[in-house]
Amino acid sequence: MTTTTLSPVQHEKPVPTRSQPRPFGLVRHSLALARRSLIKTIRTPEQLLDVTLQPIIFVVLFVFLLGGAIAGDTHQYLQFLLPAILVQTVVFASVATGVSLNTDLKKGVFDRFRSLPIGRSAPLIGSVLGDLIRYVVATLSLTVCGLVLGFELVNGIVPALAAVVMTIAFAFCLSWAFVLLGMVLREPGAVQGVAFLTMFPLTFGTGMMAPVDTLPGWLQSWVQVNPVAHAMEAARGLMIGGPVATHVVWVAAWGLGLLAVFAPLAVRAYRRRT
Amino acid sequence: MTGAGRTLGGMEYAFEARGLVKRYGKTTALAGLDLSAPQGTVLGVLGPNGAGKTTAVRILATLLRPDEGRAFVGGLDVVKDAAKVRRLIGLTGQYASVDEDLTGMQNLVLIGQLLDLRKSEAVARATELLGEFGLADAGARQAKTYSGGMRRRLDLAASLVGRPDVIYLDEPTTGLDPSKRDDVWNIVRGLVKDGVTVLLTTQYLAEADALADEITVVDHGRSIAHGTPAQLKQIVGGQTILARPADPARLAETEAILTSVSGRPAESPSRGVVTVPVDGDAQFTEAVARLAQAGVSVTELSLRLPSLDEVFFTLTGQRATDEEAA
Repeated sequence: MTTTTLSPVQHEKPVPTRSQPRPFGLVRHSLALARRSLIKTIRTPEQLLDVTLQPIIFVVLFVFLLGGAIAGDTHQYLQFLLPAILVQTVVFASVATGVSLNTDLKKGVFDRFRSLPIGRSAPLIGSVLGDLIRYVVATLSLTVCGLVLGFELVNGIVPALAAVVMTIAFAFCLSWAFVLLGMVLREPGAVQGVAFLTMFPLTFGTGMMAPVDTLPGWLQSWVQVNPVAHAMEAARGLMIGGPVATHVVWVAAWGLGLLAVFAPLAVRAYRRRT
Repeated sequence: MTGAGRTLGGMEYAFEARGLVKRYGKTTALAGLDLSAPQGTVLGVLGPNGAGKTTAVRILATLLRPDEGRAFVGGLDVVKDAAKVRRLIGLTGQYASVDEDLTGMQNLVLIGQLLDLRKSEAVARATELLGEFGLADAGARQAKTYSGGMRRRLDLAASLVGRPDVIYLDEPTTGLDPSKRDDVWNIVRGLVKDGVTVLLTTQYLAEADALADEITVVDHGRSIAHGTPAQLKQIVGGQTILARPADPARLAETEAILTSVSGRPAESPSRGVVTVPVDGDAQFTEAVARLAQAGVSVTELSLRLPSLDEVFFTLTGQRATDEEAA
């Protein structure tokens, strides 16, 4: 226990003394911090339950509870549901970055990051990038579940991958809104609460569970502007056939818009938060 | 103590803060605080919770902007030249600020990379520091498995990765048991030997006395006393011997022995304990010998410095307040 002997700190060696600024600092620092997030996620895999077990439960529940009633048979409904629920899961997963950053900010580690000569946005970019692993895990877990239940990739694997890339890119953009929430609100619980309030209209106010033309008019108007609804239709189109291009344009426009508004706001809020 | 021709932000001081004011709503955390330390010295900032110590450290560490006043590190303004200042400083917060999910090694390598060291350099520096801080064997373990003392050492190591000129230690021993406290003290002494300037905040006069070249006593966001430990002890009273005889009946006898050793009257007695001011360690040794000679056995015998509370009572006539402030 007490074998730790402390030699006084000595800096005699002519090891490179003071670090010199090197180019591409923001990229390198963000990647180093993304790696930190990744290590943390891998070390606490229970944090991934919401992107592994939960979506599987959703799929099984919806397919077998509602499939018969909505589509007449569960296989048909699985084909209809899976691309959309993939989008829902990945979009849901984008909340976590804001929640974990809110928790992290209270710890001394972020004080240390702030006292280092790194870009003010690096810790935020690092966290957002590191959490990309969550989207990948969510996608893998749902895909495996879908294939086991008999989902068919009608259009082949490349369009399906395109759907995944589009969804993850959109979630990446959207996650900045939750990062902002994480910077502004005091408690992780509050971040989670507010985020989920927005999640329900975003993900359920869509054609995810039932064809859009069966919805009442007011809801159809919402679906027509809701980027998540467009992402779901685009994913459907790519995976099982149907229109794609218009939906992708909607998703891209919304995604870039969200990124352009919320990323700078989040960085600003981070700077101000003390 | 004032150097002639000193200019604000000049290089004479490793760090220097003048007239710092910081308000949070109606609470005034800092009300015109001055702090400074020449290069290669330790400034002890002594004060109770809520005195503004942490706020001052956060301003000097570029984490907070002062509402009024200015602060310089290595001649650089902490607000205007924050990015440059960050290359000169190391910060160890009040609570060990290491990442618990990362290993000791990963923690230090990350800091190295953020300080623009190449990966190999960062690993070399981390290995070196883990060795120096007695953590070589624990480097591959997650920090959450570390004891409190090990975490503090890792935290200190993390603040040294960039070989800072100035290091801020915000209550580095709070919550540590005495033997771990000695470890931290030794580390601080080693740093100073290397020419590093240290700002150490503490709630313990004994700690400031052991480490600091100069002490600033802070209360309600302003300095209420400043001087060397010797000067400060002259004001607030130096050491006292505290003795508790095993046999309460021999209290008077104990008091007589101690007062004759010190040549000063005992302080107002409390239950079963005699407290007598002394002039130095030598008198303590003598007191021990005399008590033994007289066959007085004691259950408690110590040489102590005034507590923070007593310091404050002497300086302000009030008990140290224990307000919580950000």
